[in-house]
Amino acid sequence: MDFEEVLLEVRHLHKDYGNGPVLEDVSFQVHKGEVIVIIGPSGCGKSTLLRCINGLEEIVSGGIWLDGEAVGKDKAKWREVRQKVGMVFQNYDLFPHMTVIDNILLGPVKVQKREKKKAEEEAEKLLERVGLLDKKKAYPRQLSGGQKQRVAIVQALIMKPELMLFDEVTAALDPEMVREVLDVMLELAKGGSTMLIVTHEMQFARAVADRIIFLDEGRIAETGLPEAFFDQPKTERACRFLDTFLF
Amino acid sequence: MDTAFISEYAPLYIEAAGVTLWLGSLGILLALAVGLFCSFIQYFRIPVLRYIASAYIELSRNTPLLVQLFFLYFGLPKLGISLSSEVCAVVGLSFLGGGYMAEAFRSGFQAVEKGQMEAGLSLGLSSGQIMRYIVFPQALSVSVPALCANVVFLLKETSVFSAVALADLMYVAKDLIGLYYKTEEALFMLVAAYLIILLPVSVLAAALERRLRYAGFGN
Repeated sequence: MDFEEVLLEVRHLHKDYGNGPVLEDVSFQVHKGEVIVIIGPSGCGKSTLLRCINGLEEIVSGGIWLDGEAVGKDKAKWREVRQKVGMVFQNYDLFPHMTVIDNILLGPVKVQKREKKKAEEEAEKLLERVGLLDKKKAYPRQLSGGQKQRVAIVQALIMKPELMLFDEVTAALDPEMVREVLDVMLELAKGGSTMLIVTHEMQFARAVADRIIFLDEGRIAETGLPEAFFDQPKTERACRFLDTFLF
Repeated sequence: MDTAFISEYAPLYIEAAGVTLWLGSLGILLALAVGLFCSFIQYFRIPVLRYIASAYIELSRNTPLLVQLFFLYFGLPKLGISLSSEVCAVVGLSFLGGGYMAEAFRSGFQAVEKGQMEAGLSLGLSSGQIMRYIVFPQALSVSVPALCANVVFLLKETSVFSAVALADLMYVAKDLIGLYYKTEEALFMLVAAYLIILLPVSVLAAALERRLRYAGFGN
């Protein structure tokens, strides 16, 4: 597949928490419509990388460009960036005191100042797409983990983000709920969304990714097309990592 | 028991109950405002102010209201500041209550998970909006039982207002005992008056707690 327009560019990104680097000289590009899956062992900096892109972590040096514009310098800018970048977290952080529909409408109505009625119609369409229209008035507490994650995806999607970040969204789910969430993500990918996904689901990574980035100890150890990466990893480190998924 | 005495002097109690309720409510409202303000300062970790807030909270919670009132009523005039009994009572009650209310709010804020803030940020909400729509409503629902307990506690504390020459319920009772030696009747009316004021408040508070706890959020 050919991708032409660069949507996100990360250049020489460096991050540490004071006791050694967490990310070191990380550079890559994400093109419009591309799905990139980041994999790597625990503690390799995958989540930190996503959090840097969404401004939840301050970067030490290097830079991030979205749509050709440098971001991350001033705080006000982050609010704009976050509207263009949707993020779904591992721990399905819905707002427990609001119903599903209110959770979804908070962003479009309060941040984007969109008309509530129109936003609600759109929310209903999205809920239907993820199979949760009947849960519109439910509270997060009444939903299963998988359902919560699907609502969280709708909550991010309704902002019409240019880029979606998924941070191990199935890691905290019961096994039988993983599939329903991955299916939604796969459908999004097919629909042309630009996505940056951190996951430990290797089969899914292989099916959804246009490109794999393998992160190890804060550095990009290897990147490649999914078939090439999974079948013939170039680095010894990637071989060992992939072996741990085989019984 | 002298029922004629009771019916003759009941109006005095009603009037005094009005004073207790009026000054008590005013003090409690101010205490809520002071407490909320302090808890915001602590939540947002505003430099310098947060230490002043902590010092105030410890000072107000660890000194008796009676001592605080004596300071306001008898101490301040020595520094050239004379306050009326009413002002002393309201200021004293809100000074004491502010510390307790701040602690109640703080426990609520602490109960809100950190992920909530990040979820709000990632939607592009400002920190003001996150406070208003996400953190505060959740914190408040956790704080309500403690806040209600504080309201009842502060209403009872008003009984020391008589120490600064304020004609509240306690004052009337002491007065009648001193004048007529009708100790039983005077005390009976005093207890009845406090119960009439406080029982509905307690019942209301319990109802409010139940509503917030069980009706909301899909439980």
